[in-house]
Amino acid sequence: MRYLEAGKRHTVRFTLNGRAVEREAEPRLLLSDFLRQHLGAFGTHVGCEHGSCGACTVRVDGKAVRACLLYAAQVEGKAIETVEGLATPDGLNALQAAMQKHHGLQCGFCTPGILMSLSQLHAEEPDADEARIRDVLSGHICRCTGYHGIVQAALDVFGKD
Amino acid sequence: MKPPAFEYLAPRSLEQAVAALADGEAKVIAGGQSLVPMLNFRLLAPSLLVDINRIPGLDFIEADDDGGLRIGALTRHYTLETSILVQERFPVLRAAMAHVAHLAIRNRGTIGGSLCHGDPAAELPGLALLLDAQLKTTQRTVAAVDFFESALSTVLADDEILTEIQLPAPTPRTGWGFEEFARRSGDFALAAVGATVSLSGDAVAEARIVVIGAHDTPLRVSAAEALLTDRASIAAAAAAARDAVSPNDDLHASADYRRHLVGVLTRRALTAAWQRAAAPS
Repeated sequence: MRYLEAGKRHTVRFTLNGRAVEREAEPRLLLSDFLRQHLGAFGTHVGCEHGSCGACTVRVDGKAVRACLLYAAQVEGKAIETVEGLATPDGLNALQAAMQKHHGLQCGFCTPGILMSLSQLHAEEPDADEARIRDVLSGHICRCTGYHGIVQAALDVFGKD
Repeated sequence: MKPPAFEYLAPRSLEQAVAALADGEAKVIAGGQSLVPMLNFRLLAPSLLVDINRIPGLDFIEADDDGGLRIGALTRHYTLETSILVQERFPVLRAAMAHVAHLAIRNRGTIGGSLCHGDPAAELPGLALLLDAQLKTTQRTVAAVDFFESALSTVLADDEILTEIQLPAPTPRTGWGFEEFARRSGDFALAAVGATVSLSGDAVAEARIVVIGAHDTPLRVSAAEALLTDRASIAAAAAAARDAVSPNDDLHASADYRRHLVGVLTRRALTAAWQRAAAPS
Protein backbone atom coordinates (compact mmCIF):
# COMPACT_ATOMS: atom_id res chain seq x y z
CA MET A 1 0.00 0.00 0.00
CA ARG A 2 1.61 3.23 -1.16
CA TYR A 3 1.20 6.28 1.10
CA LEU A 4 2.45 9.75 0.16
CA GLU A 5 2.51 12.55 2.68
CA ALA A 6 0.93 15.87 1.67
CA GLY A 7 3.25 18.74 0.74
CA LYS A 8 6.33 16.49 0.45
CA ARG A 9 8.00 15.26 -2.69
CA HIS A 10 8.03 11.53 -3.37
CA THR A 11 9.81 9.49 -6.00
CA VAL A 12 7.81 8.48 -9.06
CA ARG A 13 9.15 5.95 -11.54
CA PHE A 14 7.75 5.37 -15.02
CA THR A 15 8.87 5.31 -18.65
CA LEU A 16 8.59 8.37 -20.88
CA ASN A 17 8.67 7.47 -24.56
CA GLY A 18 10.47 4.24 -23.70
CA ARG A 19 13.08 5.83 -21.44
CA ALA A 20 13.06 5.05 -17.70
CA VAL A 21 12.42 8.15 -15.59
CA GLU A 22 12.74 8.65 -11.85
CA ARG A 23 11.82 12.04 -10.44
CA GLU A 24 10.21 13.52 -7.35
CA ALA A 25 6.70 14.98 -7.21
CA GLU A 26 4.24 16.20 -4.60
CA PRO A 27 1.01 14.15 -4.51
CA ARG A 28 -0.98 17.07 -5.95
CA LEU A 29 1.33 17.67 -8.93
CA LEU A 30 -0.55 17.12 -12.18
CA LEU A 31 1.05 14.89 -14.79
CA SER A 32 0.86 17.78 -17.27
CA ASP A 33 2.91 20.07 -14.99
CA PHE A 34 5.24 17.21 -14.09
CA LEU A 35 6.06 16.61 -17.75
CA ARG A 36 6.67 20.28 -18.53
CA GLN A 37 8.15 21.71 -15.36
CA HIS A 38 10.10 18.75 -13.98
CA LEU A 39 11.02 16.76 -17.08
CA GLY A 40 11.33 19.55 -19.65
CA ALA A 41 8.96 17.72 -21.97
CA PHE A 42 7.33 20.84 -23.39
CA GLY A 43 5.59 19.04 -26.26
CA THR A 44 2.59 18.41 -24.03
CA HIS A 45 0.63 21.66 -23.96
CA VAL A 46 -1.52 22.95 -21.12
CA GLY A 47 -4.75 24.73 -22.03
CA CYS A 48 -7.84 24.66 -19.82
CA GLU A 49 -6.44 22.47 -17.00
CA HIS A 50 -9.84 20.89 -16.35
CA GLY A 51 -10.17 18.32 -19.08
CA SER A 52 -12.15 20.25 -21.69
CA CYS A 53 -9.70 21.38 -24.36
CA GLY A 54 -7.64 18.24 -25.06
CA ALA A 55 -4.30 20.06 -25.51
CA CYS A 56 -2.53 18.03 -22.78
CA THR A 57 -3.58 14.60 -24.07
CA VAL A 58 -0.85 11.95 -23.70
CA ARG A 59 -0.98 8.16 -23.82
CA VAL A 60 -0.72 6.07 -20.65
CA ASP A 61 -0.23 2.36 -21.34
CA GLY A 62 -1.43 3.06 -24.86
CA LYS A 63 -4.63 4.90 -23.93
CA ALA A 64 -5.07 8.61 -24.62
CA VAL A 65 -5.78 10.50 -21.39
CA ARG A 66 -5.83 14.09 -20.21
CA ALA A 67 -2.53 14.75 -18.41
CA CYS A 68 -4.26 17.57 -16.48
CA LEU A 69 -6.69 15.08 -14.92
CA LEU A 70 -4.06 12.69 -13.61
CA TYR A 71 -1.56 13.12 -10.82
CA ALA A 72 2.09 12.34 -11.41
CA ALA A 73 1.94 9.96 -8.44
CA GLN A 74 -0.69 7.90 -10.24
CA VAL A 75 1.54 6.93 -13.18
CA GLU A 76 4.02 4.98 -11.05
CA GLY A 77 5.14 2.01 -13.17
CA LYS A 78 3.22 3.12 -16.26
CA ALA A 79 4.40 3.75 -19.82
CA ILE A 80 3.82 7.37 -20.87
CA GLU A 81 3.98 8.47 -24.49
CA THR A 82 3.99 12.11 -25.52
CA VAL A 83 4.28 13.88 -28.86
CA GLU A 84 8.08 13.85 -28.48
CA GLY A 85 7.98 10.07 -28.96
CA LEU A 86 6.09 10.03 -32.26
CA ALA A 87 8.81 10.86 -34.76
CA THR A 88 10.90 8.02 -36.19
CA PRO A 89 14.64 8.10 -36.94
CA ASP A 90 13.62 8.93 -40.51
CA GLY A 91 11.63 12.00 -39.49
CA LEU A 92 7.94 12.71 -38.91
CA ASN A 93 5.63 9.72 -38.55
CA ALA A 94 2.74 9.25 -40.98
CA LEU A 95 0.22 11.23 -38.90
CA GLN A 96 2.63 14.10 -38.33
CA ALA A 97 3.58 14.23 -42.00
CA ALA A 98 -0.09 14.21 -43.03
CA MET A 99 -0.83 17.10 -40.64
CA GLN A 100 1.95 19.08 -42.32
CA LYS A 101 0.83 18.17 -45.82
CA HIS A 102 -2.84 19.06 -45.24
CA HIS A 103 -2.20 22.20 -43.22
CA GLY A 104 -3.73 20.57 -40.14
CA LEU A 105 -2.22 23.19 -37.89
CA GLN A 106 -1.52 26.89 -37.74
CA CYS A 107 -0.38 27.88 -34.26
CA GLY A 108 0.17 24.26 -33.26
CA PHE A 109 -1.10 24.58 -29.70
CA CYS A 110 -3.69 21.82 -29.99
CA THR A 111 -1.64 19.61 -32.30
CA PRO A 112 0.26 17.41 -29.80
CA GLY A 113 -2.96 16.41 -28.04
CA ILE A 114 -4.72 15.68 -31.31
CA LEU A 115 -1.80 13.56 -32.49
CA MET A 116 -1.90 11.49 -29.29
CA SER A 117 -5.65 10.78 -29.57
CA LEU A 118 -5.34 9.95 -33.27
CA SER A 119 -2.36 7.69 -32.44
CA GLN A 120 -4.50 5.55 -30.15
CA LEU A 121 -7.29 5.50 -32.70
CA HIS A 122 -4.89 4.48 -35.46
CA ALA A 123 -3.37 1.73 -33.31
CA GLU A 124 -6.77 0.28 -32.37
CA GLU A 125 -8.99 1.18 -35.33
CA PRO A 126 -6.73 1.70 -38.36
CA ASP A 127 -9.77 1.64 -40.65
CA ALA A 128 -11.78 4.24 -38.70
CA ASP A 129 -14.07 6.23 -41.02
CA GLU A 130 -14.56 9.98 -41.15
CA ALA A 131 -17.47 9.93 -38.67
CA ARG A 132 -15.37 8.04 -36.13
CA ILE A 133 -12.39 10.35 -36.71
CA ARG A 134 -14.59 13.39 -36.19
CA ASP A 135 -16.04 11.83 -33.04
CA VAL A 136 -12.54 11.44 -31.61
CA LEU A 137 -11.51 14.93 -32.72
CA SER A 138 -14.53 16.35 -30.89
CA GLY A 139 -12.46 15.91 -27.72
CA HIS A 140 -10.05 18.59 -28.93
CA ILE A 141 -10.47 22.32 -29.38
CA CYS A 142 -8.61 23.95 -32.27
CA ARG A 143 -9.10 27.69 -32.72
CA CYS A 144 -7.18 28.07 -35.99
CA THR A 145 -8.00 25.49 -38.60
CA GLY A 146 -11.75 24.94 -38.59
CA TYR A 147 -10.76 21.25 -38.29
CA HIS A 148 -11.00 20.61 -42.04
CA GLY A 149 -7.26 20.16 -42.54
CA ILE A 150 -7.02 17.93 -39.47
CA VAL A 151 -9.77 15.65 -40.76
CA GLN A 152 -8.14 15.53 -44.19
CA ALA A 153 -4.80 14.64 -42.60
CA ALA A 154 -6.36 11.80 -40.63
CA LEU A 155 -8.22 10.51 -43.69
CA ASP A 156 -4.90 10.43 -45.53
CA VAL A 157 -3.51 7.98 -42.95
CA PHE A 158 -6.48 5.88 -41.84
CA GLY A 159 -7.61 2.96 -43.99
CA LYS A 160 -4.22 2.75 -45.75
CA ASP A 161 -2.64 -0.27 -44.03
CA MET B 1 -0.01 24.05 -8.43
CA LYS B 2 -3.72 24.00 -9.18
CA PRO B 3 -5.12 21.55 -6.60
CA PRO B 4 -4.92 22.00 -2.82
CA ALA B 5 -2.46 19.79 -0.95
CA PHE B 6 -3.63 16.31 0.03
CA GLU B 7 -2.23 13.03 1.27
CA TYR B 8 -2.30 10.20 -1.25
CA LEU B 9 -2.92 6.55 -0.58
CA ALA B 10 -2.99 3.73 -3.13
CA PRO B 11 -4.42 0.74 -1.23
CA ARG B 12 -4.18 -2.79 -2.60
CA SER B 13 -7.43 -4.05 -1.12
CA LEU B 14 -10.95 -2.79 -0.41
CA GLU B 15 -10.36 -3.40 3.31
CA GLN B 16 -7.39 -1.03 3.27
CA ALA B 17 -9.39 1.55 1.31
CA VAL B 18 -12.40 1.41 3.64
CA ALA B 19 -10.17 1.72 6.70
CA ALA B 20 -8.52 4.82 5.20
CA LEU B 21 -11.90 6.41 4.42
CA ALA B 22 -13.04 6.13 8.02
CA ASP B 23 -10.49 8.71 9.01
CA GLY B 24 -10.82 12.41 8.24
CA GLU B 25 -11.94 14.22 5.11
CA ALA B 26 -10.97 11.51 2.66
CA LYS B 27 -12.21 11.14 -0.90
CA VAL B 28 -12.10 8.14 -3.24
CA ILE B 29 -10.52 8.73 -6.64
CA ALA B 30 -11.37 6.28 -9.42
CA GLY B 31 -11.07 7.71 -12.95
CA GLY B 32 -10.93 11.22 -11.53
CA GLN B 33 -12.51 12.78 -14.61
CA SER B 34 -14.97 14.81 -12.50
CA LEU B 35 -13.06 14.88 -9.21
CA VAL B 36 -9.76 16.26 -10.56
CA PRO B 37 -11.40 19.24 -12.33
CA MET B 38 -13.17 20.05 -9.04
CA LEU B 39 -9.83 19.83 -7.22
CA ASN B 40 -8.13 21.92 -9.90
CA PHE B 41 -10.78 24.60 -9.32
CA ARG B 42 -10.37 24.10 -5.56
CA LEU B 43 -14.08 23.41 -5.16
CA LEU B 44 -13.06 20.56 -2.86
CA ALA B 45 -10.19 20.18 -0.41
CA PRO B 46 -10.02 16.59 0.83
CA SER B 47 -7.24 15.84 3.29
CA LEU B 48 -6.63 12.43 1.71
CA LEU B 49 -7.16 10.93 -1.74
CA VAL B 50 -7.74 7.17 -1.69
CA ASP B 51 -6.79 5.97 -5.17
CA ILE B 52 -8.64 2.69 -5.81
CA ASN B 53 -7.08 2.13 -9.25
CA ARG B 54 -4.55 -0.40 -7.92
CA ILE B 55 -7.11 -2.58 -6.14
CA PRO B 56 -7.42 -5.81 -8.14
CA GLY B 57 -10.75 -7.36 -9.05
CA LEU B 58 -12.84 -4.24 -9.64
CA ASP B 59 -12.49 -4.02 -13.44
CA PHE B 60 -14.59 -6.71 -15.12
CA ILE B 61 -17.71 -7.37 -17.19
CA GLU B 62 -19.18 -10.80 -16.47
CA ALA B 63 -22.22 -12.51 -17.94
CA ASP B 64 -24.86 -13.98 -15.66
CA ASP B 65 -26.36 -17.28 -16.80
CA ASP B 66 -29.84 -15.76 -16.82
CA GLY B 67 -28.95 -12.98 -19.28
CA GLY B 68 -27.89 -10.23 -16.89
CA LEU B 69 -24.47 -8.62 -16.50
CA ARG B 70 -22.24 -7.85 -13.55
CA ILE B 71 -19.90 -4.91 -14.09
CA GLY B 72 -17.00 -4.01 -11.82
CA ALA B 73 -17.10 -0.45 -10.51
CA LEU B 74 -13.65 0.33 -11.92
CA THR B 75 -14.64 -0.62 -15.48
CA ARG B 76 -13.71 2.24 -17.82
CA HIS B 77 -16.26 3.93 -20.07
CA TYR B 78 -14.21 2.86 -23.10
CA THR B 79 -14.47 -0.79 -22.01
CA LEU B 80 -18.25 -0.49 -21.68
CA GLU B 81 -18.46 1.26 -25.03
CA THR B 82 -16.51 -1.48 -26.83
CA SER B 83 -17.74 -4.56 -24.89
CA ILE B 84 -19.45 -7.19 -27.03
CA LEU B 85 -21.32 -8.46 -23.95
CA VAL B 86 -22.73 -4.97 -23.32
CA GLN B 87 -23.66 -4.59 -26.98
CA GLU B 88 -25.42 -7.98 -27.02
CA ARG B 89 -27.29 -7.76 -23.74
CA PHE B 90 -27.79 -4.02 -23.12
CA PRO B 91 -27.44 -2.19 -26.44
CA VAL B 92 -29.09 0.87 -24.87
CA LEU B 93 -26.06 1.18 -22.60
CA ARG B 94 -23.75 0.97 -25.61
CA ALA B 95 -25.79 3.67 -27.34
CA ALA B 96 -25.65 5.96 -24.31
CA MET B 97 -21.87 5.54 -23.93
CA ALA B 98 -21.38 7.21 -27.31
CA HIS B 99 -22.62 10.43 -25.68
CA VAL B 100 -20.25 10.34 -22.70
CA ALA B 101 -17.57 13.02 -23.17
CA HIS B 102 -14.66 12.06 -25.44
CA LEU B 103 -12.13 9.30 -26.10
CA ALA B 104 -9.56 10.47 -23.54
CA ILE B 105 -12.22 10.88 -20.84
CA ARG B 106 -13.80 7.51 -21.67
CA ASN B 107 -10.40 5.84 -21.45
CA ARG B 108 -10.07 6.95 -17.87
CA GLY B 109 -13.57 7.52 -16.44
CA THR B 110 -15.27 4.61 -14.66
CA ILE B 111 -18.88 3.46 -14.32
CA GLY B 112 -18.60 3.42 -10.54
CA GLY B 113 -17.13 6.90 -10.45
CA SER B 114 -19.90 8.30 -12.61
CA LEU B 115 -22.61 6.71 -10.43
CA CYS B 116 -21.02 7.88 -7.16
CA HIS B 117 -20.48 11.40 -8.53
CA GLY B 118 -24.21 11.44 -9.29
CA ASP B 119 -24.31 14.23 -11.85
CA PRO B 120 -28.00 14.49 -12.87
CA ALA B 121 -26.99 15.41 -16.44
CA ALA B 122 -24.70 12.39 -16.83
CA GLU B 123 -25.76 9.32 -18.79
CA LEU B 124 -24.74 6.46 -16.49
CA PRO B 125 -26.88 7.36 -13.45
CA GLY B 126 -29.89 7.54 -15.77
CA LEU B 127 -28.99 4.22 -17.39
CA ALA B 128 -28.64 2.57 -13.97
CA LEU B 129 -32.18 3.70 -13.18
CA LEU B 130 -33.53 2.69 -16.59
CA LEU B 131 -32.00 -0.80 -16.38
CA ASP B 132 -33.07 -1.29 -12.75
CA ALA B 133 -29.47 -1.81 -11.65
CA GLN B 134 -28.56 -3.19 -8.25
CA LEU B 135 -25.52 -1.43 -6.85
CA LYS B 136 -23.30 -3.55 -4.65
CA THR B 137 -21.11 -1.74 -2.13
CA THR B 138 -18.72 -2.76 0.62
CA GLN B 139 -21.72 -2.69 3.00
CA ARG B 140 -24.91 -3.63 1.12
CA THR B 141 -26.74 -3.81 -2.18
CA VAL B 142 -28.86 -0.77 -3.11
CA ALA B 143 -31.32 -0.44 -5.99
CA ALA B 144 -30.45 2.40 -8.36
CA VAL B 145 -33.84 3.98 -7.62
CA ASP B 146 -32.79 4.38 -3.95
CA PHE B 147 -29.17 5.40 -4.67
CA PHE B 148 -29.37 8.99 -5.91
CA GLU B 149 -30.45 11.55 -3.31
CA SER B 150 -29.97 14.87 -5.07
CA ALA B 151 -27.50 16.53 -7.43
CA LEU B 152 -24.00 15.12 -6.75
CA SER B 153 -25.28 13.27 -3.68
CA THR B 154 -25.92 9.57 -3.09
CA VAL B 155 -26.78 7.35 -0.13
CA LEU B 156 -23.20 6.09 0.13
CA ALA B 157 -21.65 6.48 3.58
CA ASP B 158 -18.25 8.19 3.88
CA ASP B 159 -16.47 4.86 4.26
CA GLU B 160 -18.54 2.90 1.74
CA ILE B 161 -17.26 2.00 -1.73
CA LEU B 162 -19.34 0.94 -4.73
CA THR B 163 -17.87 -2.31 -6.05
CA GLU B 164 -20.23 -3.81 -8.62
CA ILE B 165 -23.17 -2.88 -10.84
CA GLN B 166 -25.63 -5.70 -11.45
CA LEU B 167 -27.94 -5.42 -14.44
CA PRO B 168 -30.86 -7.87 -14.37
CA ALA B 169 -31.74 -9.70 -17.58
CA PRO B 170 -34.22 -7.86 -19.78
CA THR B 171 -37.51 -9.64 -20.39
CA PRO B 172 -38.06 -11.05 -23.89
CA ARG B 173 -39.37 -8.62 -26.52
CA THR B 174 -37.90 -5.56 -24.83
CA GLY B 175 -36.99 -2.69 -27.12
CA TRP B 176 -34.98 0.39 -26.24
CA GLY B 177 -34.40 3.97 -27.26
CA PHE B 178 -31.88 6.57 -26.11
CA GLU B 179 -32.03 10.16 -27.27
CA GLU B 180 -29.84 13.02 -26.12
CA PHE B 181 -29.46 16.65 -27.00
CA ALA B 182 -26.26 18.50 -26.11
CA ARG B 183 -24.90 21.76 -27.50
CA ARG B 184 -21.67 20.12 -28.65
CA SER B 185 -20.56 16.53 -29.10
CA GLY B 186 -19.55 15.13 -25.71
CA ASP B 187 -21.04 17.94 -23.62
CA PHE B 188 -23.34 17.14 -20.74
CA ALA B 189 -26.92 16.70 -21.93
CA LEU B 190 -29.30 19.64 -21.96
CA ALA B 191 -31.74 16.77 -21.73
CA ALA B 192 -31.67 13.07 -22.55
CA VAL B 193 -34.27 10.33 -22.37
CA GLY B 194 -33.82 6.57 -22.17
CA ALA B 195 -36.78 4.27 -22.64
CA THR B 196 -37.49 0.56 -22.70
CA VAL B 197 -40.73 -1.04 -23.82
CA SER B 198 -41.52 -4.70 -23.14
CA LEU B 199 -44.37 -6.23 -25.12
CA SER B 200 -46.52 -9.23 -24.31
CA GLY B 201 -48.67 -10.05 -27.30
CA ASP B 202 -49.84 -6.62 -28.44
CA ALA B 203 -49.96 -5.26 -24.90
CA VAL B 204 -47.32 -3.33 -23.01
CA ALA B 205 -45.97 -5.55 -20.24
CA GLU B 206 -43.68 -2.82 -18.93
CA ALA B 207 -42.48 0.60 -20.04
CA ARG B 208 -39.67 2.49 -18.39
CA ILE B 209 -38.88 6.12 -19.17
CA VAL B 210 -35.96 7.92 -17.53
CA VAL B 211 -35.21 11.61 -18.02
CA ILE B 212 -31.65 12.91 -17.61
CA GLY B 213 -30.71 16.55 -17.08
CA ALA B 214 -34.12 17.91 -16.09
CA HIS B 215 -34.22 17.17 -12.36
CA ASP B 216 -31.72 17.01 -9.49
CA THR B 217 -31.43 13.25 -10.01
CA PRO B 218 -32.19 11.06 -13.00
CA LEU B 219 -35.98 10.82 -13.00
CA ARG B 220 -38.26 7.92 -13.83
CA VAL B 221 -41.55 9.35 -15.11
CA SER B 222 -44.17 6.78 -14.10
CA ALA B 223 -47.03 9.11 -15.06
CA ALA B 224 -45.85 8.90 -18.66
CA GLU B 225 -45.15 5.17 -18.47
CA ALA B 226 -48.74 4.50 -17.33
CA LEU B 227 -50.15 6.22 -20.42
CA LEU B 228 -48.29 3.96 -22.84
CA THR B 229 -50.83 1.33 -23.85
CA ASP B 230 -50.33 1.07 -27.60
CA ARG B 231 -48.29 2.62 -30.33
CA ALA B 232 -50.77 5.47 -30.80
CA SER B 233 -50.32 6.51 -27.17
CA ILE B 234 -46.66 7.46 -27.59
CA ALA B 235 -47.52 11.13 -28.19
CA ALA B 236 -49.62 11.29 -25.02
CA ALA B 237 -46.88 9.61 -22.99
CA ALA B 238 -44.30 12.05 -24.36
CA ALA B 239 -46.52 15.00 -23.43
CA ALA B 240 -46.92 13.59 -19.93
CA ALA B 241 -43.14 13.26 -19.56
CA ARG B 242 -42.74 16.86 -20.66
CA ASP B 243 -45.32 18.02 -18.12
CA ALA B 244 -43.81 15.91 -15.33
CA VAL B 245 -40.41 17.59 -15.24
CA SER B 246 -39.48 20.92 -13.64
CA PRO B 247 -36.02 21.72 -14.95
CA ASN B 248 -34.08 24.83 -13.98
CA ASP B 249 -33.08 27.78 -16.12
CA ASP B 250 -29.35 28.03 -16.45
CA LEU B 251 -26.63 29.44 -18.66
CA HIS B 252 -27.09 26.68 -21.23
CA ALA B 253 -30.86 26.51 -21.69
CA SER B 254 -34.14 27.82 -20.31
CA ALA B 255 -36.47 25.60 -18.32
CA ASP B 256 -39.07 25.89 -21.10
CA TYR B 257 -36.59 24.74 -23.71
CA ARG B 258 -35.51 21.79 -21.57
CA ARG B 259 -39.17 20.79 -21.05
CA HIS B 260 -39.74 20.97 -24.77
CA LEU B 261 -36.68 18.78 -25.35
CA VAL B 262 -37.96 16.20 -22.85
CA GLY B 263 -41.22 15.89 -24.81
CA VAL B 264 -39.49 15.54 -28.18
CA LEU B 265 -36.79 13.17 -26.93
CA THR B 266 -39.33 10.98 -25.09
CA ARG B 267 -41.40 10.63 -28.25
CA ARG B 268 -38.32 9.64 -30.25
CA ALA B 269 -37.01 7.24 -27.60
CA LEU B 270 -40.40 5.53 -27.18
CA THR B 271 -40.86 5.25 -30.94
CA ALA B 272 -37.48 3.57 -31.30
CA ALA B 273 -38.14 1.32 -28.30
CA TRP B 274 -41.52 0.28 -29.65
CA GLN B 275 -40.11 -0.52 -33.09
CA ARG B 276 -37.36 -2.67 -31.58
CA ALA B 277 -39.77 -4.46 -29.24
CA ALA B 278 -42.22 -5.20 -32.07
CA ALA B 279 -39.55 -6.28 -34.57
CA PRO B 280 -39.37 -10.04 -35.11
CA SER B 281 -36.26 -11.29 -33.32
